Amino acid sequence: MTDAPSYLSPTGQEIVFLLLGAVAVGAALLVVTTRQLVHAALWLVVTFGALAGCYLVLTAEFVAWVQVLIYVGAIVVLLLFGIMLTRAPIGRSADLDSGNRPAAALVALATAAVLVTVVVDGFRTAYAPLRAGGGSAGEIGSSVFRNWVLPFEALSVLLLAALIGAIVLSRTDIRGRG
Amino acid sequence: MHIVYPAVVSALLFSIGVYGVLARRNTILVLMSVELMLNAVNLNLVAFDVWLRDRLHAGQVLTLFVIVIAAAEVGLGLAIILALYRNRRTVDLDRLRLLAETPAPAGSALSPESALTAGPASATGSSPVSAPVRTGPPPPTGSPPAGPPPPAGPLPPTGSTPSTGPVSPPPAGSPFPPSPGPGEGP
Repeated sequence: MTDAPSYLSPTGQEIVFLLLGAVAVGAALLVVTTRQLVHAALWLVVTFGALAGCYLVLTAEFVAWVQVLIYVGAIVVLLLFGIMLTRAPIGRSADLDSGNRPAAALVALATAAVLVTVVVDGFRTAYAPLRAGGGSAGEIGSSVFRNWVLPFEALSVLLLAALIGAIVLSRTDIRGRG
Repeated sequence: MHIVYPAVVSALLFSIGVYGVLARRNTILVLMSVELMLNAVNLNLVAFDVWLRDRLHAGQVLTLFVIVIAAAEVGLGLAIILALYRNRRTVDLDRLRLLAETPAPAGSALSPESALTAGPASATGSSPVSAPVRTGPPPPTGSPPAGPPPPAGPLPPTGSTPSTGPVSPPPAGSPFPPSPGPGEGP
């Protein structure tokens, strides 16, 4: 966009973002490598919190708070409920990884190499000065209810359908017809 | 803010999610890895919304939509996992091999066209996990099975008679290879 400053002198915002990104990536690595199921869910909380911080640095405040509310507040709790209800072993369990772990590591490394190469090559000069207020609740709310009303309503119907589907799937006294 | 930073972070998160989906065995851990991948996409959306200064705020609104869809997905996924756990007593992905193609059992002398019709039933009968952990109580010997009813035979199958054609006996007879005698109750 504009004349981008060099990478050698990162601003304070970039340093904070990089630290938060490092925390997110490290916690995500622990999520996929830890030997305890409950610890995986708790490291997932750290990942989502660091990502919420990244959104805050990127001036997307409303998305950050929604991330904290829904991901940390609802989804992780739901995953913990799932862990408890399937009577998962609480302590250290050795068989959380399947046998195709080397293949998975190979595929993941290849994906990371390709994506990072392409992204660095493509957006090396992209620069956007951060301006506060771009992602406030007022802006996002007016945008949702002015330009995105139809997807919003369709999404509410989808959420209702998912709710009913989850209830029907998890209740045991509802039988199929015939 | 250089756009490369959030893009690289999100690429790394996505590859970590790919690794988790492929390498983990527990179904809930696979769901967590899917959440990681969705979060990588969200970070990309927010970063490019900031970069492009979209007047409609498409990136951030789409991020909200993705978060809502992820919530619905986790709810449904956990309901499916709980139903699976009720039926199978396990959530290990490696042990859910009911759809795997197993070689035909050695004792059954099935012609190729009758093996075509009896394929799912014989795969169900010879799967290693299905025998102790079938859904519900095991059917009593002699009664027709609850899943695939015999298409034409009104009588319960009286032993395995391979000469009666491909229609009636093989789907009903093959799930009970060790049934001792026809018609006796337990």
